[in-house]
Amino acid sequence: MKRYSARVEVWLRPGIADPESATIERALPALGFDDVGELRAGRAFCFVVDAPDEAAAKSRADELAHRLLANPVIEDATVNVDMAAAVPAVSPQGRELASQSVGQSVGQQDRAR
Amino acid sequence: MTARIGVVVFPGTNCEHDTALAIERAGGSAELRWHADAHVGDVDAVVLPGGFAHGDYLRAGAIARFSPVMGAVSRFAAEGGTVIGICNGFQVLTEAGLLPGALMKNRGLRFVCKPVAVKVTSSRAALCAQVPVGTELTMPVNHFMGAYVCDDETLGALTDRGQVVLRYVENPNGSLDDIAGVSNEQGNVVGLMPHPERASDPLLGSTDGLVLLRSLVAAVGDGALGVADVTGPAAAIS
Repeated sequence: MKRYSARVEVWLRPGIADPESATIERALPALGFDDVGELRAGRAFCFVVDAPDEAAAKSRADELAHRLLANPVIEDATVNVDMAAAVPAVSPQGRELASQSVGQSVGQQDRAR
Repeated sequence: MTARIGVVVFPGTNCEHDTALAIERAGGSAELRWHADAHVGDVDAVVLPGGFAHGDYLRAGAIARFSPVMGAVSRFAAEGGTVIGICNGFQVLTEAGLLPGALMKNRGLRFVCKPVAVKVTSSRAALCAQVPVGTELTMPVNHFMGAYVCDDETLGALTDRGQVVLRYVENPNGSLDDIAGVSNEQGNVVGLMPHPERASDPLLGSTDGLVLLRSLVAAVGDGALGVADVTGPAAAIS
C-alpha cells in the first residue's frame, strides 16, 4: 500500500443561486477591490488515502467526494490525487510542520514497504 | 388504535420533546428513537424532528444520513411506512435521497425565524390527508438553509404528481416555486420546513400545526401504512 494525498474541491453547480459568493463579491468595492470579479466560494477537503496505486486512490477519493463531500443535487466536485507522504497543510504554520515531517514519514513509509 | 410515532433523535437534534408533546396533543403516542440504533421499532410512522443533527457539519443532514437509524428509516419508507421530516429532518431526508431536491442557504443569507403562512397544495400525504387543499396554516419557520432547490425536470414532476404539499404564501427564503414541503413520488415520505410542533398550543400563538399532526395521527393510527386513503377510515376519525 502507498499513501496518496487527495484534494477535493466542491463547487455549486453553474445555475444554482449562490448567495454567499454574491455577498462576498458585493463587499469587494468597499474594500478597494473594484478590479476583482467573478468570485466563487467553494470548499476544499484534504485527506490521505492508502491504496495500491494512484488509480485506486483516485477511485476511492472520487467515491468519498461524490457520496459525502458533495451533494450531487447542487454541487460538483473536482478530485486530485498525488503521491504524497504527509497530510497537505492547511495553514502557514501547518505547512511548515507538514514539510518538516515529509522527510520523516517518507522514511517511515520506505521502511514499511 | 392510537398511532405510535417514533421520533428520531440525532446528536444535535433539539425539537424532539416539543415534537413528541405535540404528537401526543394530536392524539398519538410518541416514542423517542436514538440515531445509533439500527431500527425504528414497532411504530406506525417516523418523524425526524428539527435541530442540528451532527452539528450540521459539512451540510445540514449530510452526516445524519449515515447514522445507523437511517438504514432502518429507509427500509421503513421503502415498505410504505410514513416518514415525516421537519426542518432539519427535511434536510436529512433530502440528503438521504428519500426526498428529491436539496435545501440551500436562504436568499440574502438571512436566518429566518418567524411565523409564516403556508397553503396546503396537495392531500396525497398522510400529513395533509385530512386537510382540504387551499387551507392556510400559520406556523413558525426557523432556519438558515431552507431554500428548496431542484432541477427543472424534478420540479415539473413534483408539480404534475402533486408532490408539493405546502407552499409559502409569502416566500421567506427564496425557496423554488414557494415550496415549503414536498413528498416523495409514493406520498409516504414528506419533508417540510415549518415547525408544526411550534404551533400546537394557543400559548405559542397558533394551533395550526395540530391540524397537520392530527391528520398524520389519524392516517396512520389504524395500522394503515403510507398514503392515507381520504375516503377511508382516516377521514372518518375527524
